[in-house]
Amino acid sequence: MKGMTIIVKNVTALLAGLVFLYGCYIVLHGHLTPGGGFAGGTIIAGSFILLVIANGIQYFRLKKEKEESSMFEGAGILCFLLLATGGLLLSVPVFFRNLLPGGTPGELFSAGVIPLYNIFVGIEVAAALLSIFLAFVIYKTEE
Amino acid sequence: METKLIIILILMIAGAIHSLHARDLLSAIVSYGVVGYSLVVGFLLLKAPDLAIVQIVVETIALIIMVSVLIISTREDLAEKSTVKIKGQSYVNIRNLSFVFFALVTGVMLLYFFNIVTTGLPELGIHETRMATEYIANGVEGTGSINLVTAVVFDYRGYDTLGEATILFTAVMGILAILRLKTHKI
Repeated sequence: MKGMTIIVKNVTALLAGLVFLYGCYIVLHGHLTPGGGFAGGTIIAGSFILLVIANGIQYFRLKKEKEESSMFEGAGILCFLLLATGGLLLSVPVFFRNLLPGGTPGELFSAGVIPLYNIFVGIEVAAALLSIFLAFVIYKTEE
Repeated sequence: METKLIIILILMIAGAIHSLHARDLLSAIVSYGVVGYSLVVGFLLLKAPDLAIVQIVVETIALIIMVSVLIISTREDLAEKSTVKIKGQSYVNIRNLSFVFFALVTGVMLLYFFNIVTTGLPELGIHETRMATEYIANGVEGTGSINLVTAVVFDYRGYDTLGEATILFTAVMGILAILRLKTHKI
C-alpha cells in the first residue's frame, strides 16, 4: 500500500484533526447529547485510519504504533474496572457506585463519574479498533 | 412511518440476499453496506440518535476492515460444490448437505420463537414495562445525566457495559494472537 495522490494527502491532513476533535466532543458530551464512549471512540479511531489509508504504510512507524494502541486499550479497560470497583472501598460497598458529587444536571462537569466512564470506554474502543486495523495492515506488509 | 420502515426493511433484505449470491466478494461487501446504512435510517426514524451514531461509524469502519481483509485474501467466491469427484467416481458432499440441514433447522426455530415473542409485544412506540417507566421518571435526579441512554448504559446497567468492553478487548486479543502466529510461521 503506497498511499494516494498529493491532493488526498493534503485534504486528509486538514480533515483528520477535525474528525479527531469531533470524536473528543462526542465522548466528552456523552452525558448531555446523543453519543458517548462507544460512538466517540469509533470516530477517533476513524481519524487515525483515515491518515493511515491516505498516506500509505510508511507514514507512521506502524509497528510501534500498534504496540502503543494495544497498551492504551489495556489501560482503558483497566481504568474502567478500577473506577467500577472503587465504589466497593468507600462507605457503601456497591459495584458501579457513583462516587463523585452530581452537580447540576445539564452542565459539562456533572453526573458524577459517568463522564469518566465515557472517557475510559472511548479510549478503549478507539485503541481496540485501531489495533485491529493496524494488525491486518502490518500482517499484509510482513508477508 | 410504518410504510417507510417496511420499505427500508425490504431494501435491507434485498441487500442481504444479493450479498449472499454475489460472485465478486467486493460487491458482496458493498451490498452488505446497504444493510448497515439502511439500519441507520431505520434507527433515525424510530428516534434513536445514539444508536444511529454508533451504527453509522461502526458500519464505516467495519467495511474498511472487511475490505482490508479482502485485499489479503482472494476476491473470488470459492463456492462449495454439491458433489465431489475422487478418482473418477462422484460422491455427495456431506458437509454441504449438513450446512443446508442446519440452516433449515435454525430458520424454523427462529420463526417459531419470533412468532411467540411478537404475540406478546405491545404496539410500536408504546412501552408497558415497569423498569422503563422508572428510568424515565427518575433518571435525571438519580444519575445527574441528561442523556438517558448514557444514564442507563453507565449507571443502571453498568455490568452490561463492562461485558461489552470486555468482549471488544477479547476480540482484539484473539485477532492479534492469530495474526502473530501466522507471521511467525512464515
